[in-house]
Amino acid sequence: MKTTVVNIVTPDGPVYDSEVSMVSVRTTAGEMGILPGHIPTVAPLNIGVVRLKKDKTTEFVAISGGFVEIRPDKVTILCPSAELADSIDLDRAKEALQRAEQRLSGSENTDVQRAKLSLNRAMNRINVKEGNI
Amino acid sequence: MATLREVKQRINSTKSTSKITSAMHLVSSSKMARAEQNAKKYVPYMTKIQDVVAAIAQGTPAGSHPMLVERPVKKSAYLVMTSDRGLAGAYNTNVIRKALEGMEKRGQTKDDVVIFAVGRVVADFFKKTGYTVVDSEIGLPDQPAFSDIKAIARKAVGMFTDGIYDEIFVCYSHFVSAMSSDLVEKKLLPITDIAPATNSASYEFEPSGEEILQVLLPQYAESLVYGALLDAKASEHAARMTAMKSATDNAKDLISDLTVLYNRARQAAITQEITEIVGGAAALE
Repeated sequence: MKTTVVNIVTPDGPVYDSEVSMVSVRTTAGEMGILPGHIPTVAPLNIGVVRLKKDKTTEFVAISGGFVEIRPDKVTILCPSAELADSIDLDRAKEALQRAEQRLSGSENTDVQRAKLSLNRAMNRINVKEGNI
Repeated sequence: MATLREVKQRINSTKSTSKITSAMHLVSSSKMARAEQNAKKYVPYMTKIQDVVAAIAQGTPAGSHPMLVERPVKKSAYLVMTSDRGLAGAYNTNVIRKALEGMEKRGQTKDDVVIFAVGRVVADFFKKTGYTVVDSEIGLPDQPAFSDIKAIARKAVGMFTDGIYDEIFVCYSHFVSAMSSDLVEKKLLPITDIAPATNSASYEFEPSGEEILQVLLPQYAESLVYGALLDAKASEHAARMTAMKSATDNAKDLISDLTVLYNRARQAAITQEITEIVGGAAALE
């Protein structure tokens, strides 16, 4: 089976580096499945999950935006932060969710956009951890 | 001549100071090792993002994004990075001087510039001297994560996009080795000096080059700030390490000088006592 190398890189260091047979990401223009030998492409990503399909297993990584750079033999995902499903701290994500909800329902002078973004990030983490994607 | 007790006291106090400085030396050297590692971990991200920015910037028409366009400079911003605490030798003063030199070189006065301060020392300095400090980030951990610096980086980049100032410089101390560092002043925005892409693969853009630049460039600028911070932190620990090492060495010298002085005074006292006894005995005969 043909495979492609996938790198997920954040400013705090590489998070993922392995060969997979298919990657699917959520770009701003919609869901995108990448197979080995894809034409060179760059696309910005939404907050969401990256699915990395190996022979039989599938791995999930929660990412917070960024973009993907695709070359025929290599896929690189650059994002401000990324976590493998196993390493997500569920309690912390839930706390962040509560904080964001409070801010959204609270006083008027909150930065709504920022609160919504952190709400999205927290929900994304929880979803990825609990496996309902 | 100092009395025996005074000399003894000075020796003891110098000894306890040197204990502290040598402990700080050890702490800083281990912190520096970690900071250096962090800076290394960040390199792959930076090279990758630079590659992609270069590839896209080449493929799209010039001036397609405000962050790539130079505009007449009316106001400048300086993002200056120092430490929160002193005891790092000339580290903080050097960085501040570099920033001031930059302003002087461009003939800017206090009204032409705004300051973003990272670190308590620089924030205090510019506030006290009457500059406009737009934002400051104080109390960063010794091993900062990207999320620690994101707020101030985003604000600095955002205000450039809003046209509040027309260029922004980062001033910090670049880590060369444990013994040396370089003072750096880098232009963060507008981005004018993009290194040519190493791989000349022409990309497809999804949805379009311009829209990707919109996402990519702020992220690029923010990560440049983070890179500078990691560099500055490594350099700070190195500076503190060197400062504490020389303080410990100085204390050692001082202790050995004082010990000689102490022994001499002690010997003099003994000699005097013997002379007195001998004199007293002679008078009795």
